Amino acid sequence: MEKLLATDRHIHGLYPHVDIWGFPISAYLFLGGLAAGILIFAAIYYLLGKEKEMPFTVKIGPLFALPIIMLGLFLLIFDLHHKLFVWQLFMTARAESPMSWGAWTLVIVSIFSVLWPLSFVDSIDEYLIKRGWSKMTRVTEAIIKFEHKWIIPHFIIMFFRKYRKFFAIVLLIYSIILGIYTGILLSAFNAHPLWNNPILGPLFLTSGVSTGSAFVMWLSDNHKERLLMSAIDMSLIAIELFFIVHMFMGMEAGAEAYKHAADLFLGGEFTAIFWGVFVGLGLILPFTLEALELRGFHIPTALPALLILAGGLLFRILMVSAGQISEYPMMP
Amino acid sequence: MRYGMVIDTNKCVGCADCVVACQTENNVPIGYSRDWIMEFVEGDFPKLSLHFETQRCNHCDDTPCVRTCPTGASHVAEGGIVKVTHNECIGCGACIEACPYDARYFHPDGYVDKCTFCDHRLEDGLDPACVSVCPTECMHFGDLDDPGSDVSKLLKERDNYTIIPEAGTKPQIFYLK
Ligand code: SF4
Ligand code: SF4
Repeated sequence: MEKLLATDRHIHGLYPHVDIWGFPISAYLFLGGLAAGILIFAAIYYLLGKEKEMPFTVKIGPLFALPIIMLGLFLLIFDLHHKLFVWQLFMTARAESPMSWGAWTLVIVSIFSVLWPLSFVDSIDEYLIKRGWSKMTRVTEAIIKFEHKWIIPHFIIMFFRKYRKFFAIVLLIYSIILGIYTGILLSAFNAHPLWNNPILGPLFLTSGVSTGSAFVMWLSDNHKERLLMSAIDMSLIAIELFFIVHMFMGMEAGAEAYKHAADLFLGGEFTAIFWGVFVGLGLILPFTLEALELRGFHIPTALPALLILAGGLLFRILMVSAGQISEYPMMP
Repeated sequence: MRYGMVIDTNKCVGCADCVVACQTENNVPIGYSRDWIMEFVEGDFPKLSLHFETQRCNHCDDTPCVRTCPTGASHVAEGGIVKVTHNECIGCGACIEACPYDARYFHPDGYVDKCTFCDHRLEDGLDPACVSVCPTECMHFGDLDDPGSDVSKLLKERDNYTIIPEAGTKPQIFYLK
């Protein structure tokens, strides 16, 4: 049976299929997952008492979380069609709507990503001097001066320092929620069979944590820290591949609409870019490079790290655009 | 009170009068529409059969569009009519993604717009514009909760279906076979 639209609606972004979410939303999901990954590692290694051995992971990485989240929020707001009303997003909190609780999660995580580095400001200052990033030490020194001068900020920072363990647990929980949210934002949409899949939450979380480890690998100057992140990242990639295979097998076993969704990646228009570029260059190649590095070969760590970061972004772009193409067949 | 629509696909000729009536009644910007006609061709030449459906928001009973709206701009009003409060809508598009029928679109002014069952006409005791204007009288509008209404009787008498039932939205627009 052939389906035609007798009265052409000409509505931008709706026909022949919904196509209203593009790069900004994909990048927003990527940045959210990346920030979540960075903060998850910071909280975990702090709780494990590894703050001295893993200085970048625990103290320096989280410095980047706030700008990353802010860039993500900027892209989200940039993508709204009724931008002037954006404040309405923060007038309610709706547990049913991932867009709503996700925005609130971002607010909470942002607050933590300010307080966390602030509580470490002295050792961050030392680290920056050691690494020769002297421009940035001006900021940390100004903060230290400010803190000593004013009683209220001093009190807040001291309070945070004192209960850092408790805050690390809260930070860990909220960062995991943030990572899962980036997948649930899509899986909440039943209308698109590709997205209608509970595995997207854990899959996006794993991918986000993997980009977080890549970020540490890329920027840390500590050899041991980089090797450890490499090893962790290899297991994350393995888990990710397992989830991906599992996802497609589940869809192939499902109803017609789900098979069609999977077919977009198994022979359809996304096949080459998904398996060749994302899986090949964004997962398997960095996995191999990391394995070689652990065996003692000299590989610039930035290479696998950047491949993983680029792969993470590509993965979200593909999932967002393919999802909007996947629809239920409309036949009488 | 539960508003619903019953549409006789055997009578529909696909003239699109309902589409134009809606655009005029609701000041729908040019190039946009809240309702539309789907045309289904079946069989092999020369044995072809043609089937029309006039479609719009199904004012579903289980509303993914309302659920995913972060601000509460999308809501269910009296009689089960699914509406959007324009100045609460941030234009995030979540509801557009959530609707399996593509019944919503971005108005050029930024907010999301869709069929309202012409609730401003219902207040005056009139039918929605599309129903009133249909030359073949294939559309029926009324209270599905009232067993004596036209729509309830037709649903009892005739075989009917809804669009994409597998999406689980429980549409309140029924098509007669
Ligand atoms: S048809 Fe779409 S917009 Fe209308 S109530 Fe159902 S899901 Fe919502
Ligand atoms: S576009 Fe508007 S009505 Fe739709 S989900 Fe977003 S805020 Fe709600």
